[in-house]
Amino acid sequence: MEPVQQLINGLSLGAIYALIALGYTMVYGVLRFINFAHADVFMLGAFIGYYTAPLVPAETVWGGLAVLAAAMLGCAVVGMLIERLAYRPLRGAPTLNVLITAIGVSLLLEYSGQVFFGATPRTFPELFPAQRFTLGSLVISSNQVLVIGVTLALVAALQWIIHRTRIGTAMRAVAQNPRAALLMGINTNRVIAFTFGLGSALAGAGGILYALNYPSIDPLMGVAPGLKAFTAAILGGIGNIPGAALGGLLLGIVETLVAGSALSTYKDAIAFTILLIILFFRPAGLLGKRTTEKV
Amino acid sequence: MDSPQPKSKKRPRPQLTLGATLALGLLISAFSGALDPYFLDVLTSMGIAVILAVSLNLVTGFTGQFSLGHAGFMSVGAYISAGITTALFAGNPLGNSAFAQSGFFLGSLLLGGLGAAFAGLCVGIPSLRLKGDYLALVTLGFGEIIRVVFQNIEPIGGALGLNGIPPYTSVFWVITWAALTVFVIHSLVHSTYGRGFVATHDDEIAAEAIGLDTTRYKIVAFVVGAFFAGVAGGLYAHFRLSIVPTGFDFTKSIEIVLMVILGGMGNTIGVILAAVLLTLLPEVLRPIAAYRMVLYSLLLIVLMVSRPRGLFNLNWAALLLHLKKRTTETLTKRGAAK
Amino acid sequence: MTPLLEIANATIRFGGLSAVSAIDLAIGSGELVGLIGPNGAGKTTAFNLITGVYPPSEGRVCFGGRDLTGLPPYARARLGIARTFQNIRLFGSLSVFDNVRAACNLHRATSPLHALWRGKAFRDDEAAIATQVDALLEIFNLGRYRDTPAAALPYGEQRRLEIVRCLATRPKLLLLDEPAAGMNPAEKTELVALIQQIQRQFHLSILLVEHSMRVVMGVCQRIAVLDHGVKIAEGSPAEIQHNPAVIEAYLGEDHSENLAHH
Repeated sequence: MEPVQQLINGLSLGAIYALIALGYTMVYGVLRFINFAHADVFMLGAFIGYYTAPLVPAETVWGGLAVLAAAMLGCAVVGMLIERLAYRPLRGAPTLNVLITAIGVSLLLEYSGQVFFGATPRTFPELFPAQRFTLGSLVISSNQVLVIGVTLALVAALQWIIHRTRIGTAMRAVAQNPRAALLMGINTNRVIAFTFGLGSALAGAGGILYALNYPSIDPLMGVAPGLKAFTAAILGGIGNIPGAALGGLLLGIVETLVAGSALSTYKDAIAFTILLIILFFRPAGLLGKRTTEKV
Repeated sequence: MDSPQPKSKKRPRPQLTLGATLALGLLISAFSGALDPYFLDVLTSMGIAVILAVSLNLVTGFTGQFSLGHAGFMSVGAYISAGITTALFAGNPLGNSAFAQSGFFLGSLLLGGLGAAFAGLCVGIPSLRLKGDYLALVTLGFGEIIRVVFQNIEPIGGALGLNGIPPYTSVFWVITWAALTVFVIHSLVHSTYGRGFVATHDDEIAAEAIGLDTTRYKIVAFVVGAFFAGVAGGLYAHFRLSIVPTGFDFTKSIEIVLMVILGGMGNTIGVILAAVLLTLLPEVLRPIAAYRMVLYSLLLIVLMVSRPRGLFNLNWAALLLHLKKRTTETLTKRGAAK
Repeated sequence: MTPLLEIANATIRFGGLSAVSAIDLAIGSGELVGLIGPNGAGKTTAFNLITGVYPPSEGRVCFGGRDLTGLPPYARARLGIARTFQNIRLFGSLSVFDNVRAACNLHRATSPLHALWRGKAFRDDEAAIATQVDALLEIFNLGRYRDTPAAALPYGEQRRLEIVRCLATRPKLLLLDEPAAGMNPAEKTELVALIQQIQRQFHLSILLVEHSMRVVMGVCQRIAVLDHGVKIAEGSPAEIQHNPAVIEAYLGEDHSENLAHH
């Protein structure tokens, strides 16, 4: 039963990685750059949850969902603001500059977090009615079920937005060829802003779900999950939405298995080892397409 | 304009600059007893920053390979050289005369540099087929893996770090190595051979088409860059006297990348100035300690947005023309007024 | 006598599509051969095949009697194959002088370590290279742009600089990919003269991919025609102009008129 238990733990961790990875992959899809600040938006999501939780009745489904919605909305606004203020002025600038700006935004959020929230970790409140289900020797917490359920719902909603709505079609067009999209009358700036909003909302949800399972939050909490989620996005093939979800799940499972093994002190190196293996042997990721430079 | 332009402008021989800087280093260290220790500390930090930034400039600025693992190479050098002087030969087998001590320290620094260069080779060979963001990630990944590995090696302190490193680093050592780094990289790049680094940066396909082995250029850049990062690590370790693996995480790498970008990619003087400025900045902001990192990151964003080509990339010709125009305008106005 | 360059039965497939299929082409020493064909006929792919950018799916390329299979582009350049690019590829941040100097690396007499020592051998070598580069720049009227960054050059000068950069590698075979693209008739006439001058002065074989019939018919001794990746004709300019298969391939293309009226 032990491996099955690990698998379930890994799935719920992986679901969170998947939520964050989706944001990385979508932004990469439309802008071809790694939004380093994404991990800190995830952190903000947890803090928004922390501050809004006292406003709703504790441990109720509706209260919990309201907090989740608040975090998603707050993060969407922050994400769009970041895009407007820091990234848009750099459109067309060398990759390196954009990347450094993203790192700057990330540091800004982390250090401002330390000033405003304090550097010491805080305990995240219980939002939903907590329960434990036991199946033989298997122990599943209601939070784990919640994580997987919410993730599934959000991924389904995302798929619907991307494939069934006008703005989703525009997103795909911009991802495929920004210039052609512009020529076809698509307002690329609006699409990019929307993409940031959408990705950041998912990160916000990820922040809440992560904090429910690991209820100690601090301004630097985003760094490690952020890097891992990013690895997940590469693993699945960056720019590829189903790939990001798959990569997140895989990474969560592998990491949980390693943490439970003799190599547990190397747990943090696992994500990077996977990243390196993928980049060396299949740089396009599991579900990505290979591209070659035209001469 | 058919007359041939003057042949390349007379530049001061790099050897002379090197000699002058070395003399300056000796001078400062001769009077170091009379100088403010705080000033010496800041000067040492600056020197180490210059070595790191100028060596990364070879990789990222000149050759165009975006590396986020420079701190990783630095840590390899730091751990090797401090491991030698602290754990392996704690008593210093060469004796305690100033001469023997210097030789021992120099040896440990060189070994640290070579170790880092070897790490650079190991990272470089497999990863240099990747480009841009991907290369940045691989180097970031390697840097983090190196850190986790050090955290798990108990004889050198594991996660707690290595303490009690002898204080061998002096201003003289730092200035000497900084000058040497600048000299080697400048001389290398400003030669027919070295134009290949920039050619690789500008257009790899065209570089290959004229017979340049771009992979080799990238590896050379990586190895040379890593060597000096390793030496800087050794100097850092014997300056701080204790090192922890987390001190070399990717935030440190980013700090070095920043110096290169703010200095202007491939602009050696600019990169040196940026290294000096970025070392001074936290010192200047010390009085507002709580907010200084916030301000630091904010400044970073503003600079990137407003001066994407570096702090010092001024268009001198345009500036002069503008000034000239303004002066003429003012003069004519004055003339008209009279 | 074996030809300088020999492409034997070479095919390149991208996915299921053949960009060039079973091409045979030989170029002798000192020959000036044209390679023409409608858009997408596989001309640039043929260049990439020769220079090693893409490996052939089948067949092989020999240069000076040596099989080039498996050799990377830089190694082929060292053997004496130089090329220009359809969309100019210069080292934009380097000066005009340094663009050519970078190409002199194949004939450097000193090692990188000499650059660190900066001794007499190094300085002499650098001075010799500088003299060669300046001489080349003068021949092609680029001397006055010596210290200008390549990216800031006017278009025509960029094309010329690309050719100069090739010549600095001292090639035996020069591949020119649409050198007349974007030129007006007067510039094209100049280009024809330039190509002929290069061939005489540097004793080169030249393979020329070009859309402008005026240029191709003006300079080439022999012309090969590609269509849909297949070689449909080869012969003297006069033979090609009256070859029914060629006229057929070009029908509906802008060039059909050009071809007929030449």
